[in-house]
Amino acid sequence: MQSEFHVNLLDYGIIAIYFVFVLAIGYALKKNMVSSEDFFLSGRKIPSWITGLAFISANLGAIEVMGMAANGAQYGLMTAHMYWVGAIPAMVFLAIFMMPFYYGSRIRSVPEYLKLRFNEPTRAFNAISFAVMTVLMSGINMYAMALVFKLLLNWSMDASILVSAAVVLTYTILGGLTSSIYNEVLQFFLVLFGLLPLPIIGLANIGGWNNLVEKLPPGFGHLWANTATAANPMGIDWLGIVSGLGFVLSFGYWCTDFLVIQRAFAAKDLNAAQRTPLIAAFPKILFPALTVLPGMLALALIPALGSNDTNYSYNMAMPLLLAKYYPSGMLGIGLTAMLASFMSGMAGNITAFNTVWTYDIYQSYIAPNRSDKHYLWVGRIATACGIIVSIGAAYLVMNYQSIMDYMQMIFSFFNAPLFATFLLGMFWRKATPWAAFWGLVCGTLAACVHQVLCSQGTLIYQSAMAGNFWRATTAWVVCFVITIVLSYFTKPKDESELHGLVWGLSGQAFAKAAVWYKNPVILAIIVLVLTCICNVIFW
Amino acid sequence: MLDLRLPIGILFVIFGVLLIGYGFFVPTQTQIGQSSVDLNICWGAVMGLFGLVMTMLAVCQKKTEAS
Repeated sequence: MQSEFHVNLLDYGIIAIYFVFVLAIGYALKKNMVSSEDFFLSGRKIPSWITGLAFISANLGAIEVMGMAANGAQYGLMTAHMYWVGAIPAMVFLAIFMMPFYYGSRIRSVPEYLKLRFNEPTRAFNAISFAVMTVLMSGINMYAMALVFKLLLNWSMDASILVSAAVVLTYTILGGLTSSIYNEVLQFFLVLFGLLPLPIIGLANIGGWNNLVEKLPPGFGHLWANTATAANPMGIDWLGIVSGLGFVLSFGYWCTDFLVIQRAFAAKDLNAAQRTPLIAAFPKILFPALTVLPGMLALALIPALGSNDTNYSYNMAMPLLLAKYYPSGMLGIGLTAMLASFMSGMAGNITAFNTVWTYDIYQSYIAPNRSDKHYLWVGRIATACGIIVSIGAAYLVMNYQSIMDYMQMIFSFFNAPLFATFLLGMFWRKATPWAAFWGLVCGTLAACVHQVLCSQGTLIYQSAMAGNFWRATTAWVVCFVITIVLSYFTKPKDESELHGLVWGLSGQAFAKAAVWYKNPVILAIIVLVLTCICNVIFW
Repeated sequence: MLDLRLPIGILFVIFGVLLIGYGFFVPTQTQIGQSSVDLNICWGAVMGLFGLVMTMLAVCQKKTEAS
């Protein structure tokens, strides 16, 4: 493996220059961090083009770059369902229907909405489970980065993890959410420019799209054509795709995960907050070309890919393609792009963790009524602690064979039932506080039971991915049904307490825009039309 | 607050110059379809140009605000 990579002083220099810039941005923003709102919410004054690109970049971690390329090699074009079914519709729904509640109620975190709409126990359950989830997810990014740099540069796993942790810790602790957001935008452009030549060169060399599809296993070039049954590369039929991925997992992640929603909270007004996920949706539509397509190209161009040799596992699809086509210099840019994606994923999780920890756990239950400076200080300590725990999580991930399995398992436990709670909370005024709490608990437990039944072999699916989709659906249905049933037997909140929190009781209107291209509804329609076109072209 | 376009622009200009400079001193041809190109020079130029545009936008914005 080592001989395939010719990393020289220039490549290392490019990586070093990137580190310097990342740290310099954190240092330059330090003087702006005066209050806790500056640190946790960027003072709510960031332009929408920045929050939009940060929104997409916070999600552009190890899973996106390495995981989607790996899935592209493993499942073919059906992986693009993760974008065109599993992301865009949910991002539009978040922007149009949920953001007015999130941003309009001036909450500081997603769990805080649950406190206002339901009760403290529901908020506490969500805050604690989210805090656990974010450090576990942060660990994935650290692990993935360490794995790549060990294989490509022969760095030790320990050194890779510690160096990346130290850099993220420094710039996040200095500049808070603003620093994280600014670096995420920088990282977005690095990933774009670092990876874009790969599909261009690969497609040109293989003779175009049709030649690529001919060289791949049957069904690898289609999205929907083979989904009438589960006899397709992903092993799941259209119903499983639409319900598990397109509805539960997708909406559960994009509409409730504070990691991405926090970027919209930093926007300067409601219109900018609503446009944040929509601006992010435009590049998201095109991302399969940067991630899935290189995976498919790697499968066609690198014969050993997917063999039992760990250096040629599907997870290595992207790095192997980098090594195949990039000379020294460009290789440094490509490696920096991968490094940037891992760090943005890690920093996104850490900034979400420190906010939820400080506002929803520390300020609410441990030390209320302290000065703003105290909470600013706690936020910085939480950042350091979150990164230390993430390092532990990185070593935990090493015990899992697939990064994707680990991540989807976490999402199906936490995000899938939470989306049912939010859906009922925002759109059904009769949902009661205790029904929401027990619905959430039972949904999470249902996911646990499903996982145990899968691991024991009682429930068998054609692929791990299919198991993840159905586990998420199960957790969502259990939470949804139990919340509805219990709502008829428990006491609802008075309607006067629900203004601004529930559809129909809010007076929430679509944000007004001076020009058409700033109108969230028009942007949403354009995004959905483009997504439909992609689904039809690659049917 | 720091104009984000400035650090992005400067970084991409630096990367562009490094790639172009390296491409001239150590030419490496990459096969792309029927032709071969020096990827460092070509992509370095693209990155450098993007960096210049971002830097100019940030500088113009600063001048506008100052006036």
